[in-house]
Amino acid sequence: MKEFQVDVAVIGGGPAGLAAALEARKQGIEKVLLLERDTSLGGILQQCIHDGFGLHRFNARLSGGQYAQRFIDQLDGSGIEVKLDTIVIDMTDEKVIYACNPTDGMMRIQCGAIILAMGCRERTASQVLIYGTRPAGVMTAGAAQRYINMEGYLPGKNAVILGSGDIGLIMARRMTLEGIKVKGVYEVMPNPGGLTRNIVQCLDDYGIPLHLSTTVTRIEGKERVERVTVAKVDEKRNVIPGTEEVIDCDLLVLAVGLIPENELSRQAHLEMDRKTRAPLLDNNFMTSCPGIFAAGNVSVVFDLVDYVSLSGEIAARGAAKYLAGKLPEHPQYRTVTHSDRINFIVPQRVELSADEDLTFFMRVTAPYKNARLVGKCGETVICNKRHQAMVPPEMLECTVKVAPQQEIYFSVEEG
Amino acid sequence: MSKAEYTCIVCPVSCRITVEETADGLKVSGNVCKRGERHAIAEHTEPVRMLTTTVVLHGANINRLPVISTAEVPKRLLNQCIGELYTVEVSAPVKCGDVIVKNICGTGVDVVAARSIG
Repeated sequence: MKEFQVDVAVIGGGPAGLAAALEARKQGIEKVLLLERDTSLGGILQQCIHDGFGLHRFNARLSGGQYAQRFIDQLDGSGIEVKLDTIVIDMTDEKVIYACNPTDGMMRIQCGAIILAMGCRERTASQVLIYGTRPAGVMTAGAAQRYINMEGYLPGKNAVILGSGDIGLIMARRMTLEGIKVKGVYEVMPNPGGLTRNIVQCLDDYGIPLHLSTTVTRIEGKERVERVTVAKVDEKRNVIPGTEEVIDCDLLVLAVGLIPENELSRQAHLEMDRKTRAPLLDNNFMTSCPGIFAAGNVSVVFDLVDYVSLSGEIAARGAAKYLAGKLPEHPQYRTVTHSDRINFIVPQRVELSADEDLTFFMRVTAPYKNARLVGKCGETVICNKRHQAMVPPEMLECTVKVAPQQEIYFSVEEG
Repeated sequence: MSKAEYTCIVCPVSCRITVEETADGLKVSGNVCKRGERHAIAEHTEPVRMLTTTVVLHGANINRLPVISTAEVPKRLLNQCIGELYTVEVSAPVKCGDVIVKNICGTGVDVVAARSIG
């Protein structure tokens, strides 16, 4: 087995990993290794051919590929070592990574610090209860997106989409442009999961119907999907008898949520947060294991890639501080608390002595109009920002100056 | 005089904007910002969208190259533009920003590669 020693290893070459690796070098870290399981960099951005990326960061509406390219181009001459086609098999709390690829074979990599940037996975058909057979033609929105946008296959002719998150909406438009008849988008919840502007430009623009409080209850077909049954549900999400409708289709696309990809985190026994389904993080995006950091969708599912990159840079600066011995050996924490109008805040805790500008990411529990995001550190107001609209699908970002020791609390106030 | 409603897609506020045709021209209401007004007027007169799709790619480990327009094109021409791009085939290496089709469908807008390959 080949042995390597690096200062920082970044696991995952998507937007979080790219930003983290580049920032680590900018911080003066000598040996930075970027490990990617695909044969090219960019992660999921490679298949996101639609535009709207980079509004905050570059003040431009780029496509996913264009956004990724801006980072990939910086790798040349950066001194960062990139290993493609490389799968990480195991990671220990001693900061040892076991990985393999076709050229190096098995590798044991001793790291000074590790930045996790594995991204997230889609919920699959086996994670949503649908009765019936299990034929071909049932796939996640991301799989359909990869078939169409990278591999050049049309996965069907007549599609039904379950789930109205942004990926489902984007795929409704994409499939329509490619000549697939999208018969409808079905959402079990009474409100759409995606942003209003995506409903307008992806569904309304193309006359695709959105059915709320409706779900797919049954899949039929021998080799291939032939039809699905949809039905209305009540407030408790129970199917209302008599509302069933059969729809002929050969493709069922699932856009039913994302889950951070944390198998490695669990192998290293990192403490997890039940709300984010991701490692518990501190103000440096460091996990419960000193020296192991997390960034991007593996740390919490973001909706804007700009924030994914930002979190990668925060983690890389944290790793630089850790390697320079500037972080306490046994950190003491205060938990970041919030009112019940806020669903979660990342990072979840802040080191007691932290006396600096910190970035927090959060989601509200319900839509609020004309409201203020208020942050307090002890009795001091550190944030009082008016928002014309706050909606759960849109993550809020706020960078504030915190003082040492004091309690940190966020709330949403009317008016 | 006619009246139409649009949901603004410029930002998450998602204003419901009304455009009214009056003797003095278009009257816009319901928007909270200037960008919303511009968007609603465009939607009423000539709606435009960015064009993003793929073209056939040879000599790479993926079969499709993502492409994007350099500016918005009229929405009514989207399908025609995509039809033209169906006939295009390129070979690696390609550099992000390389012009794939100049002045697509006479819109004055170019279509360029949206990533580098090879």
